[in-house]
Formats: sequence, C-alpha cells, structure tokens
Amino acid sequence: MMKRISLLTSDTQMMTVSIWREEENDGRFEDYQVPARENQTVLDVVAYVQQHIDPTLSYRFACRVGMCGSCAMMVNGAPRWTCRTHVSKVVSNDRLEVGPLRNLPVIKDLATDMDPFFEKWVAAEAVFHPSATRDDPMAAITPDDPMRIAASEAIECINCAVCYAACDVVENNPDYFGPAALNRAWSLVNDSRDAGQDARLAAVGSNGGCHNCHSQQGCVQYCPNELNPTLSIAGLKRETTKAMFRWSR
Amino acid sequence: MIRPHRSHPLWFAFLLHRISGLGLALFLPVHFYMLSLAITAPERLDRLLRFTDLTIVKLAEFGLVFLLAVHLFGGLRLMALEFLPWSPHQKTMASMAVALAFMVSTSFFLKAI
Repeated sequence: MMKRISLLTSDTQMMTVSIWREEENDGRFEDYQVPARENQTVLDVVAYVQQHIDPTLSYRFACRVGMCGSCAMMVNGAPRWTCRTHVSKVVSNDRLEVGPLRNLPVIKDLATDMDPFFEKWVAAEAVFHPSATRDDPMAAITPDDPMRIAASEAIECINCAVCYAACDVVENNPDYFGPAALNRAWSLVNDSRDAGQDARLAAVGSNGGCHNCHSQQGCVQYCPNELNPTLSIAGLKRETTKAMFRWSR
Repeated sequence: MIRPHRSHPLWFAFLLHRISGLGLALFLPVHFYMLSLAITAPERLDRLLRFTDLTIVKLAEFGLVFLLAVHLFGGLRLMALEFLPWSPHQKTMASMAVALAFMVSTSFFLKAI
C-alpha cells in the first residue's frame, strides 16, 4: 500500500481562511488559501499560514493537545480551543474565520493580552490562603467529602479564557471578574484548608463580583473542558447572600 | 443580528426575559394611570374599557399576558437556578417557562374573544 504523504500537489483541494491581522490598533480580516485537508484542526490551519504564507502572523500556542489553554481564538464568531477544534466541525458555508479572543486587548493579530483576565483572578480572591504550615500534618480530606466533590467539579480549568470571551457581561462591564475567576473562587470556597474565606466572599460579592452574572450560560456552552461556571457563580451568589445575613448581625 | 457566540437557547431565554421586563416596565405606568381613571375620570375609563373590546386590542392584551407570564416563569427559573441545588435541565426549564407562558396567555385569549 502506498504511504499517503501530505505534500502540496497541484490537485490538492484548497480552502479560504480569513484571519484577523492587527498591528497598533489597525486591524482587518485577510484571506489566505490553505489546503483543505480531511483531518486538520483550526490551529493546524493558522500554523500553515504562518509557516508557508506569511511568517509575520502572530498567534499563541504551546501544547497542541488541549492541556495548556494557550491557543483559544474566535472561530467563525465563537470562542474555541483551536488545537482541539476540527475544521470540519466548525466550517460553515465553506467559510472559516479566525480572530483574536473577544473581550481582551489585542497585542498583534491573534495574540491577545491576557493580563486583564488574570488580574481579575487575583481581584476575585481566587487565590489560596493557607491555614497550616509545612510543619503541620497533611489535611485529611476524603474523596467523598461533599465540599471536596463540589471543588472537584470546578477544578479542571485550563485558563484558556474561552468563557471570558463568550460572556456578554464581561463585554459590557469592564469591572466584572468573569466566569473563570469566579469559578476558581468557588473551588476555593469549597476548600476546607483555606483561611481566607471572609475576604473571598467580600471580593466575589463586590462590584465586579458574582451578582453581575445574568445566567446567559455562554460560559457553560463553550467551556472546552465542560465545566459549569454558572453553577459555580450560583454557589457564590448563595454563599454571599448567607454571609450578608451573618455579617449584618 | 444575533452574533454567533450568542446562538444558544439559554441566551435566547435571557433575551426574552430582558425584552419582557422592558415591555412590562413600559406598560405598567400606563396600566396604573388607566386604573387611576376609576377615581379621577370614570367616564373616560368606561370609554377606554369599551376600546379594549376590539379584537385587535385583545390580541395586544394576549401579547401583554404572554410577556407577564414569561417574565414570571422565567424569573422563577432564575431564582431556582440561583437558590436551589443545581439542575442539569436548564434548557428544559427555559422551554417550560415559555410553554407555560404560552398556555396562560392562550387561555386568556380564548376566554377573552
């Protein structure tokens, strides 16, 4: 049997991909002709353009297997992890449009500045506050502990900012922490070892906090790891409401 | 135009809740004004009540009852989402809110005509 090789021959089917090019706030979509392979991801297409057509194209990726959360982009108007998104699954009317993530400033082309995203994790107190030192014994937490189970549901976030790009509240309110930061805060609310719960509930109940959420659930719709930030945010809404009655006493 | 990242059922449930809320906010002052006519100008109220006998007005009332009902059931859905243990049936609950609102408003309309 002949080994199939993926060299570009004259009879290779081609497809058009529109890619956002931006430098110093001057941006537009540009069309490129790329091979229409049966089996390729959106990241493969972007890499092809950069390697074979225009080496000045900037984009971000690292692991290529859905672990690192670096390669999220807008694909045909929806946020996707491009390394695990097959072109055949998202192409519509033979059209593929790749842009930088929504709701984040563009550095160049497809690479966005992730600083505002991560600064909001810190502002939401989505940070672990230890209650023990290395000299204390390990905390004994059983796998069937209800708080452990609740934390586990929220824990597999890869920080890709797909939920942040999917969220209309983030778009309309620059102070809103966004689904990822609040989801992380919820996993820490359920961490019995954490010593910063009052500060965390105050942070997630503040102006940028969980009560901004309109439960549109775009984050749930698009999270590549099938997490449920709306569930986490609902949990924070309950806990901050309880805290309001506790603190007002 | 509905942008691609918004084309999922729960975003449409949000849109419906927002539109029905705005619609009711505009309607309620008019409604209260009309009720106040019972005290201030009863004969004008009678004229307005005769006006509501027109089929086209009944049809508009059907719309109002739908907005009210869909906002009520949609609001209950959101409170359940926020304050009850999480249910995986979010889309079912949103469609139930629309179905119940349609049932209520259609019953009203059939009784009104």
